[in-house]
Amino acid sequence: MTTTNFRRALLVVPAIALALASCSKDDASSTEAPTATEADTAGDSAAAVASSGVSAACASDKLALKNAGKLTIGTDSPAYGPWFSDDDPANGKGFESAVAFAVAETLGFSNENVSWIKVPFNSSFAPGKKDFDFDINQISITEERKAAVDFSDGYYDVNQAVVALKDSPAAAAKSVADLAKLKFGVQQGTTSLKFVTDVVKPGNEPFVYNTNNDAKAALASKQIDAIVLDLPTAFFVSAVEIEGSVLVGQFPSVGEGEQFGLLVEKGSPLTACLNEAIASLKSSGKLAAIQTEQLATATNTPLFG
Amino acid sequence: MVNRLLTPNDDRLLRHRFWRRGNRPGNRISGGFRDGIVASLSTLAVLAVLIAGVTAAPGWSTFRKNFLSGFHFRRSFPKIVDGFWLNVRVFTIAFVLCLLLGLLVAVVRMIPGPAFFPFRFLAVVYTDVFRSVPSIVLIYLFGFGIPGLGLDRPWNNPILWGTAAIVLNSAAYVAEVFRSGIRSIHPSQMAAARSLGLSRRQALRHVVVPQAIRRVIPPLINDFIAVVQSTALLSTLGPLEGLRQAQNYTSYHFNFTAYLGATLLFLAVTIPLARLGDWLVARQEAR
Repeated sequence: MTTTNFRRALLVVPAIALALASCSKDDASSTEAPTATEADTAGDSAAAVASSGVSAACASDKLALKNAGKLTIGTDSPAYGPWFSDDDPANGKGFESAVAFAVAETLGFSNENVSWIKVPFNSSFAPGKKDFDFDINQISITEERKAAVDFSDGYYDVNQAVVALKDSPAAAAKSVADLAKLKFGVQQGTTSLKFVTDVVKPGNEPFVYNTNNDAKAALASKQIDAIVLDLPTAFFVSAVEIEGSVLVGQFPSVGEGEQFGLLVEKGSPLTACLNEAIASLKSSGKLAAIQTEQLATATNTPLFG
Repeated sequence: MVNRLLTPNDDRLLRHRFWRRGNRPGNRISGGFRDGIVASLSTLAVLAVLIAGVTAAPGWSTFRKNFLSGFHFRRSFPKIVDGFWLNVRVFTIAFVLCLLLGLLVAVVRMIPGPAFFPFRFLAVVYTDVFRSVPSIVLIYLFGFGIPGLGLDRPWNNPILWGTAAIVLNSAAYVAEVFRSGIRSIHPSQMAAARSLGLSRRQALRHVVVPQAIRRVIPPLINDFIAVVQSTALLSTLGPLEGLRQAQNYTSYHFNFTAYLGATLLFLAVTIPLARLGDWLVARQEAR
């Protein structure tokens, strides 16, 4: 009895081996196939647009792209304001949509050669080949994250801010000491959690929500006193999203400060060209202009002492 | 041939022996030196092929760095353990409450008589509804909805309402398990108890339900394991339980190893639970 079983087992072993081998082969070919076939149509229309502000090596027809001739940009869905507008990253409205199109234009891509794909935050940094050339999704640059992905230079300096309900005691907070008494909520995946635990150090453990909508529900049902988020989102949330809420204040930036960067596959040759494009947008004043146009100004928001 | 004159206990013993052995008389699970060698060799061969296959994959080194990093494991684990303590408290309380509620619903559903119709009806509606609504929806509804009615602290606590949602969801399953357990007890047991002068309630309580509970231990363990897993869903309401701590670490450091830590903690609870179930069944069969 056992010998027949053993013989059967011997048959199964090579079967598993074959299955495993064919799996890995399939993976390799499926990721490489599209680039190979589409390489023939490379840069027909893309090359027609004159590149400005970047070196010749970074012209649109010289770049190693996921889909030849097209700049593929990822962001999460839904795409929230004020970074995007109407959940449509391709409409050019909202700060990050505008920045992404400006970067594309600087590299020589016309608007129709920019394609957007939905990339959940968690899969943007998952190991393996990426489907996008870069991802723009309010991702803060940190040293830890650089072990898994590459970042472009920062395109936005972030400050953290606090939103609370107008009639709550939290709305009167003036200092970090006042804030430390509160129960905070933050959105999962943001650097706001780290900020709360490292800088505010509240007595109560913060709550972490999947989305700002959940944090909003918790604020409304008084499970938390205040939400910590980046300043532009805080403006948007307090003005548009949560009725009866107020932007309590913002924190001064710590050390070198926090910046949003474009997320790129580890080791991608594209990063250097994205940096050139961002540097060019900074020096021409275009980036500052987009910021003024798309994001509410922070000048009247009190700083926590 | 199963002899009809066998007492139920002998019958169970026979079943037990039959399934342990496998279907053929000569086929032993662990017998003799030679079998041991063959089993070890084939296990080693399968392992070797699996390991070789996985490690030969082109992305293996990236995978290992991202999912199996010792550095990130050590850094993330203490916080995950902190968070998991909340899961432990929640599922311990949930176990007790779902057993009580499940048994109550099962018994109510089986009370005869027209006067009890509304209670039976409620029990049926309860199991139908709470078994069918996806638990994540229940948790959202309870965790954000009920506190939104205007409750103040501490009564708007999401852990409290999230646990209530988990209990109501799994008690509906447990009730069905108990009901089938009670129905599986032969009617002669009830008849014998009644003929000894026990009331219907006494017969249920002292004769039928105790036998039913012993019989439903394995499926109950299944439901307990589901309860342990569903405590992770509490994270949607904000609390920093074990899995959420892992998720936070992952999204801050862009490294997935923290999930391995959380998984090990869940296994550390569910595997002993499964063994406990096996042990309870074995003890019962040994009687």
